Amino acid sequence: METIVTLLGAGILEALQPVNFMMILIGCAIGLLVGAMPGLGSVNGVAILLPITFLVPPTAAIIFLAAIYYGAMYGGAISSITLGIPGASTAVATVFDGRPLAQSGKADQALFAAAVASFVGGTISVVLFTLFAPPLAAFALKFGPPEEFALMVLAFATFIGLGGDDIPKTVFSILIGLVLAAVGLDIISGQPRLIFGNLPGFLHGVNFLVLAIGIYGIGEMLWTLENTKGKVVVHKVKLSMQSMLRNLAVIKTYIGTTSLGSLLGYFVGTLPAAGATPASLMSYGIAKTFSKEPDTFGKGNVSGVAAPEAANNAASTGSMLPMITLGIPGSPTTAILLGGMIIWGLRPGPLLFTEHPGFVWGLIGSLYIANLVTLLINLAFIPVFVKVLTLPFTILAPVIYILCIVGGYAPTQTMHDVWLMFLFGIVGYLLRKLNYPVAPAVLAIVLGPLAERSLRQSLLASQGDMLTFVERPISGVCIAFAAALMAYPLCQKWRARAGKSRAA
Amino acid sequence: MDDGDAASIVRHTGKNTLTVRTAELATALICALCSIGLMVKSAELNIGWVEGRGPGAGAWPFWLSAGMLAASLVTVWRWFRRRTAQSRSLEPYISRESVLVVGVSAGSILFLLVATHLIGLYAALFLFLLFYLKFVGRHSWPLTAALMIALPVFIFCLFEWALKIPLPKSITEPLFYPIYDLMYS
Repeated sequence: METIVTLLGAGILEALQPVNFMMILIGCAIGLLVGAMPGLGSVNGVAILLPITFLVPPTAAIIFLAAIYYGAMYGGAISSITLGIPGASTAVATVFDGRPLAQSGKADQALFAAAVASFVGGTISVVLFTLFAPPLAAFALKFGPPEEFALMVLAFATFIGLGGDDIPKTVFSILIGLVLAAVGLDIISGQPRLIFGNLPGFLHGVNFLVLAIGIYGIGEMLWTLENTKGKVVVHKVKLSMQSMLRNLAVIKTYIGTTSLGSLLGYFVGTLPAAGATPASLMSYGIAKTFSKEPDTFGKGNVSGVAAPEAANNAASTGSMLPMITLGIPGSPTTAILLGGMIIWGLRPGPLLFTEHPGFVWGLIGSLYIANLVTLLINLAFIPVFVKVLTLPFTILAPVIYILCIVGGYAPTQTMHDVWLMFLFGIVGYLLRKLNYPVAPAVLAIVLGPLAERSLRQSLLASQGDMLTFVERPISGVCIAFAAALMAYPLCQKWRARAGKSRAA
Repeated sequence: MDDGDAASIVRHTGKNTLTVRTAELATALICALCSIGLMVKSAELNIGWVEGRGPGAGAWPFWLSAGMLAASLVTVWRWFRRRTAQSRSLEPYISRESVLVVGVSAGSILFLLVATHLIGLYAALFLFLLFYLKFVGRHSWPLTAALMIALPVFIFCLFEWALKIPLPKSITEPLFYPIYDLMYS
């Protein structure tokens, strides 16, 4: 315990270094904006801005991206409340009560509750993160290639079992991500592989950023353009010292549900497929169930704003836990962070804690600082963010397209990648309209090379015996969980069918 | 089973519009074909066991593509059984209104990319912004002009100057010589 406190202290000091602190400030502000804009969430912001972070050292870069992630979770609430449109899918549940509150002229109360709840969620989850991460990383040091592979199978299985999307389409999305990751030179034999049309551009593989920016930059913008053709009505926010004091007094009514939502959000967030969106919906549901006046939910109950906001913030921290300790991202955003860390020569996983303690603890320290900074920026600049939301899409869209194209070009400096990104954007948009989930593909392209290497190393060691994954205890448990997760939707269906026939 | 649902859906579309139902089948079939193509492409390499090296280079992508094929075929089967919401929907896949909105965006990005090859990124950005802000967004001339200048300058400062990443300039490269002289002198 004492060592953790010392390390955390050093980490916080690291995060307060001028460069890092600047990155937190800028990152939180950008995150709030990105989160607040309908159609853009943390994953879009992180994907589009990652190429720019090559400007600063790796620690500052990841702190910047983590701050965007953090800020975006706060920001999502702003548009949910003032526009009635969720700023990101993670803030959907915030609309349920945020909008009625804004309509009845209590937008300030809702925004204040969202900010406080986000802060509580962030704080609880960061403390949990600090306590859980070192032992989990120490445990994960025992992992060999079979365990690593089994863990990745488990991560993908969560998409099938808990993702809630069409299962064959989810499987397709996972597999195509893995295949795209296999393009380029084979890691063991060095042979060129899947070089379509003998284009030299494929020799360096398909960069995960090309897929991520294509899908979350271009594809998402097209999707948003299609869906937000309607008029946007901004609700006025009145802020005064008096209303602030009044809002402070209301905190006690929702602090209980907020804490509960934070705990829930953190644990749901650690699961790769679940993440912030289901966490916030579950938290909303629980707040309603345990409320003394459940009828007021959906009509403007402050707890209905606080509960999901606490959960989505907690989930974003939660999703960093498996990313940092196991090298398995807990969300699409952390998948992109993981890809970024690999570019910077930092291999996420248990060794990170022993090899780069300064980096890990700096990042953890930055989460504490970012949490506070975001709260302050959020409360101080709410009117500014509301103003930005009225920015017409015809200004925002071209700026984002340009950032996507330049960002897609920068890592490898070939137009080949930019064309590929454009293609992925269009295909991603078309597939998404048919309910193909895109997040699994992004996770898969990041994990692909690691999955293939651990699979081949395991098989080489076992002389091709597939049973090695089941026979080793830790990987066996992971595979068993994965199998259970994959079977879960089928069992549900059978049960539903059995129930139906019995009813008939 | 779900035939009742399908019948109850009001027909929204004319004869020539691509419905979601048709798009679902077409996409699944295209995905299946792509999977087969990937399997063939992977099989150009060794997909079996190599002594001392483990699985051959093509094995991993081959079996993944086989999985993609299986997933696509399940989607086709589910389409026949009308299991997914998409396979029952007779709404247009992309409505006329959306074609316009999305098409303008996609088309202008396409133009930006082609123009980057021909006249370089900065000149292409200039035209792209002019088109998008003035003709799509119908913004005022001062705003259009300000962004047309500010954005390329910002991109230049960030990428070329701060990050030292040269962006493609094609035939407009000589125009930048004086700036390079300033930057690197």
